[in-house]
Amino acid sequence: MIQVKNPVYRRRLLVHRIGMALSVSAMALGVFALLWILATLLINGFSALSANLFLADTPAPSTDGGGLRNAIVGSLMMVGLSTAVSTPIGILAGIYLAEYGEENKVAQLTRFVTDIMLSAPSIVIGLFVYAMYVANVKHFSGFAGSLALSLIAIPVVVRTTDNMLKLVPNSLLEAAYALGAPRWKVSMMVRLRAVKAGVITGVLLAVARVSGETAPLLFTALNNQFFSTDMNQPLSNLPVVIYLYAMSPYDNWRELAWGGALLVTFSVLALNILSRTVFAQKAPK
Amino acid sequence: MSAEITSPTPIQLAEPATASASVAAMQSVVRRQRIQDWFFHKITMVFALTVLFVLVGIIISLINGAMPALSEFGPGFITTVEWDPVNDKYGAAIAIVGTLASAGIALLIAFPVSFGIALFLTEVCPVWLRRPLGTAVELLAGVPSIIYGMWGMFVFAPMFSEFVQPLLKTTFGSLPLIGALFKGPTMGIGILTAGLILAVMIIPFIASVMRDVFEIVPAVLKESAYGLGCTRWEVVRKIVLPYTKTGVVGGVMLGLGRALGETMAVTFVIGNANKLPTSLFSPGNSIASTLANEFAEASTKLHVSSLFALGLILFVITLIVLSAAKLMLMGLSRKEGVK
Repeated sequence: MIQVKNPVYRRRLLVHRIGMALSVSAMALGVFALLWILATLLINGFSALSANLFLADTPAPSTDGGGLRNAIVGSLMMVGLSTAVSTPIGILAGIYLAEYGEENKVAQLTRFVTDIMLSAPSIVIGLFVYAMYVANVKHFSGFAGSLALSLIAIPVVVRTTDNMLKLVPNSLLEAAYALGAPRWKVSMMVRLRAVKAGVITGVLLAVARVSGETAPLLFTALNNQFFSTDMNQPLSNLPVVIYLYAMSPYDNWRELAWGGALLVTFSVLALNILSRTVFAQKAPK
Repeated sequence: MSAEITSPTPIQLAEPATASASVAAMQSVVRRQRIQDWFFHKITMVFALTVLFVLVGIIISLINGAMPALSEFGPGFITTVEWDPVNDKYGAAIAIVGTLASAGIALLIAFPVSFGIALFLTEVCPVWLRRPLGTAVELLAGVPSIIYGMWGMFVFAPMFSEFVQPLLKTTFGSLPLIGALFKGPTMGIGILTAGLILAVMIIPFIASVMRDVFEIVPAVLKESAYGLGCTRWEVVRKIVLPYTKTGVVGGVMLGLGRALGETMAVTFVIGNANKLPTSLFSPGNSIASTLANEFAEASTKLHVSSLFALGLILFVITLIVLSAAKLMLMGLSRKEGVK
């Protein structure tokens, strides 16, 4: 390296080096936090991993053993229903925003509101579903929980679909129009098809997001100690079970909470990585 | 000679008849397509409007639920320092202070760290390492809130109370003004811990927005600075940051909006004490954690209604912060020019 004697430049270089070192340490801090959390989950949750976790139901207080079968099944059912509801609504809304979004004020307002709802507190969504639905039918239910989860998932799907559809180059669309296709065919069969993978990514990210949500389920689906597939009654689910068991005095409950936390986190992370690798959308040409 | 001029071929005479039939067929196809397009527009519009309806519905139902409490306590509800379910007296001040304090601490810590991460990923990092490290930061965003809560309560808080808090107390506790912030028993849980956990949660959001806006800066500007002999740090401070000022502020406000609404992580580590926090180490309550703890068991109508009022306050604050963030980010993308 060239040795520079100029004191002004040496000071500038020192400031630069300190800044770069701080930047590298910030990155290291972020990665360290992630690894610490994952290591915590693996260390504490590994002992709970056994076939029993998936075969036995949540244990009663002061009972030994037990598993998370009812919670896993309940979560799968609620996430599945909310995905089934939010995917078509989200994709069609995203299509509207991409197709007609530049032309009118309503679409721009909708896009603005969607981005806000994306980061809105999920507990408020739970309050809303409680006030609208649970208070009226006078009981908690898996349907209410699915409704709350759908309301959280819809903005995610809308935003991803909208962003993906806008990536399709105009030349492709103009070629379709030139062949005489009506607007809806160009939108569904050319535009949407070109970014299929990206839209699936959006759906997977929405699934990952709602799988871990606890707050909205606290006053909609509540929890159920027993195995049940009745969506019209309180339904057991992993996040609420983890919440209740983590702060409890029983050892086997806390162990189950860590096991459940391990399950939830690694499925969410697997979905995230899957959507970035297998379903990675290349910009359509 | 004139007899050799041939008359028009029979095919040409027959064409007008089929021409009008094909024109009519084409017109009916076009009419059918126009109707299909109209349906397409209306159907997709209805689904797009659901999001708007949900927002309006939330505001209306929250106001409706909060009405009894607001009419009982009046606007003083926001400043009343009392939360007494036994005597049915409620005020939002404790929860609001807890929410703002934990979110404020989170922002103070998350902003420099996110800036460092965004700087690293856009300027310092070798290209082959960019994708994996970027994905690692985004995975932090994917970890559910309740996992942060468990990690915070069972791993972070004990370590914090044993090693870090006594250190902070001895270093800062005797200073004149800010010393009062570092008094109190070092339990590990409290406002400071909640703020730190929240900071880790919002770092990926702020970092990803900052990273996006840093990449918008035209290379020409940076290259001319490098050409003049600026160090990389000077380029970032003097060129990139001023150019992306609005975007950076927008990203920070987005992080603030997230931090205000976080429930499960805060509920685990904030201590759940319905008293005004007196120092950074004391336990407190945030709006979201009050709701999570008390809603399912709230018995009196006034209790439920006060909880709805808290939810309304939280939603309004979050709405304002997130709208401001979005407006700033939109302003920056307009500066980019039409894509």
